[in-house]
Amino acid sequence: MKLAANAIAVMRGEDIVVDALSFDVASGEALLVKGENGAGKSTMLRAIAGLLPLEAGSLTIEGSDPDFAEATIAEQCHYLGHENAMKGNLSVGENLQFWQDFAGHPHLTILEALDMVGLDGLDSVPFAHLSTGQRRRASIARMLVSYRPIWLLDEPTAGLDDASSSQFAALMGAHLEDGGIVIAATHVPLHLEKTRELVLQTSTDT
Amino acid sequence: MKALLIRELRLSLRSGGGAIPALLFYAAVVIVIPFAVGPDPILLATIAGACLWIGALLASLLGLERMFRDDAEDGSLDQMLIGQTPLPLVVFVKSLVHWTVTGLPLTLTAPLFGIFLGLEGAPLGAAMATLAVGTPSISFIGAVGAAVTVSMARGGLLLSVLVLPLCVPVVIFAVGAVRAVSGSIDPFWPPFLMVSGISLLFAVLGPFVAALALRQGHG
Amino acid sequence: MSISTTTDKTDNSAQITARPGISALANPTRFLALVRVVLPFFVLVTIALLAVGLWLGFSAPDDYQQGRTVRIMFVHVPAVWMAMGSYMVMVSGALGVLVWRHPLADVASRAAAPLGAAFTFLGLATGSIWGRPMWGTWWIWDARLTSFLILLIIYLGLIALWRSIEEPARSARMAAVVILVGAINIPIIKFSVDWFTTLHQPASVLRSDGPALAPEFLYPLLIMGLAFLFLFLTLHLMAMRNEIMRRQIRTLQRKLARNRKPTSGHVS
Repeated sequence: MKLAANAIAVMRGEDIVVDALSFDVASGEALLVKGENGAGKSTMLRAIAGLLPLEAGSLTIEGSDPDFAEATIAEQCHYLGHENAMKGNLSVGENLQFWQDFAGHPHLTILEALDMVGLDGLDSVPFAHLSTGQRRRASIARMLVSYRPIWLLDEPTAGLDDASSSQFAALMGAHLEDGGIVIAATHVPLHLEKTRELVLQTSTDT
Repeated sequence: MKALLIRELRLSLRSGGGAIPALLFYAAVVIVIPFAVGPDPILLATIAGACLWIGALLASLLGLERMFRDDAEDGSLDQMLIGQTPLPLVVFVKSLVHWTVTGLPLTLTAPLFGIFLGLEGAPLGAAMATLAVGTPSISFIGAVGAAVTVSMARGGLLLSVLVLPLCVPVVIFAVGAVRAVSGSIDPFWPPFLMVSGISLLFAVLGPFVAALALRQGHG
Repeated sequence: MSISTTTDKTDNSAQITARPGISALANPTRFLALVRVVLPFFVLVTIALLAVGLWLGFSAPDDYQQGRTVRIMFVHVPAVWMAMGSYMVMVSGALGVLVWRHPLADVASRAAAPLGAAFTFLGLATGSIWGRPMWGTWWIWDARLTSFLILLIIYLGLIALWRSIEEPARSARMAAVVILVGAINIPIIKFSVDWFTTLHQPASVLRSDGPALAPEFLYPLLIMGLAFLFLFLTLHLMAMRNEIMRRQIRTLQRKLARNRKPTSGHVS
């Protein structure tokens, strides 16, 4: 499987923040997107997830997973944004159960996923009671309960301590070994092998 | 879809108090009217159908603002836009849940509020029937207003301004049907069928247009 | 733990240009040049048509039923036509925004809204003044009047919507959706006099068996209709020009703000 961007341009609000950007990522590879604030990292990820339209260029995918043969690129993605997409007054388990049912392609069970992110035993606790780091980990568990070949991660380790970060690195590693793709926008190193870097920079002209 | 239905119902019960805010508001509107127009039973019975409908319309507008706002704020809407579930279906379920906690309880409690306004017998039945088939249209067309104003910090007022004109036909025909039963020469069925037709039209149109607005406006 | 980061040379050439947004318009210069050329002509035509139309209108004979008040028709009917015409302009603009994403489309819609609202208000006001001697009331809640009042509310709601969303592209798309939904009201207005029993008289110009007006009323009415059409076109072009300029100023201001270096603060 290979995801390729061909000279894509994306607008955020009134400005084109990503312009003539090309890259490709293959199965088992992680693409680390770097750049200063406002360079367009989040914008690029949101465009791949289909949340922002492409002003120019195209995104293509080759050799999709047979389960996703009919799916659009966005439908093959897990998107971990700045927000956790969880409801405070539902329990962690209820939140994850909903996203599993909603997203389809069930992968790990809720309890297994919570175990993987170190939240075992917390499935009946309301999400609002979790700490910032625990919330982030619950959100990571959302990506484990249903399967998507492509993970789009926007500052995935925000709010995670070192131990949780390396635990998350192991999860990403496992996803890559399964033949998945990771595209992560981050300031901090993710401790991954087989990473390529994409540096976005704001031009100083105009 | 069942998953979304369960989640939405749970959320409205746990954070929104379910049907209680809408019912309280409904009660407030209905109780104020006798003070405003005077306690004359004959006059009240004449306008009772209209009062129930005005109360239902205003109470239904209450929860609309939050239909997509919470999901947009906590990132859930992003996931719904990415997911394989067709977005109009998501909107349909959310509208349905909105109706379950507003339109439906208002319909069921209409006999109680009818008593205060001197509405009973056939006109009361007519009022309940029009509320049952008519209030869903407010939830479905309201979804469009909610989708359009989702990114606005204080979109509630604008939402009402945009949605109310579209609710006018339903109110006209529904109140017309109630009046037909309470002794007018006009027949009951034509306006009643118009109400049903408008509800069906909005049930189809609303989710698609709201989904379009969500896709175009979010991101 | 071994961390091997292979940086792909060809891939990190991503470059970002801070270009003025598309809202700076695909080709505003050509449009503005066109406006400069045709506007004086449109102004002259509007004045001429209004002069002729009003003169003919005032020299038209009194109606045997309505007397002098029939002359209100020469303002009322064209105003109502343009109230709905403006909405059709907005509908095509909305399609332009959603389907073709043409940058001028939203400018056209947005410029038409206040004009449409003004024509709608004029239609309602003249109708009310006409209704007082004819029907004995300023206002009646019948289908035609009610649906027309709703048109005014839709116009005002849209103007509020455009103003509430700061970002032009987003406000354009949201307004376009509402415009299309509100378009349901236009056929309701048009056919309300046929579908429902109302005080308002049925259509007398646009009907399948030809106009039902005497020529001494019909011709002034048609000329006034044409005059109002040109009045709309003139004002619409001017409003579009203003909107384009407003957006150009906005783009320049944003550019200015972006190029300003952040000032470094220090705590003493």
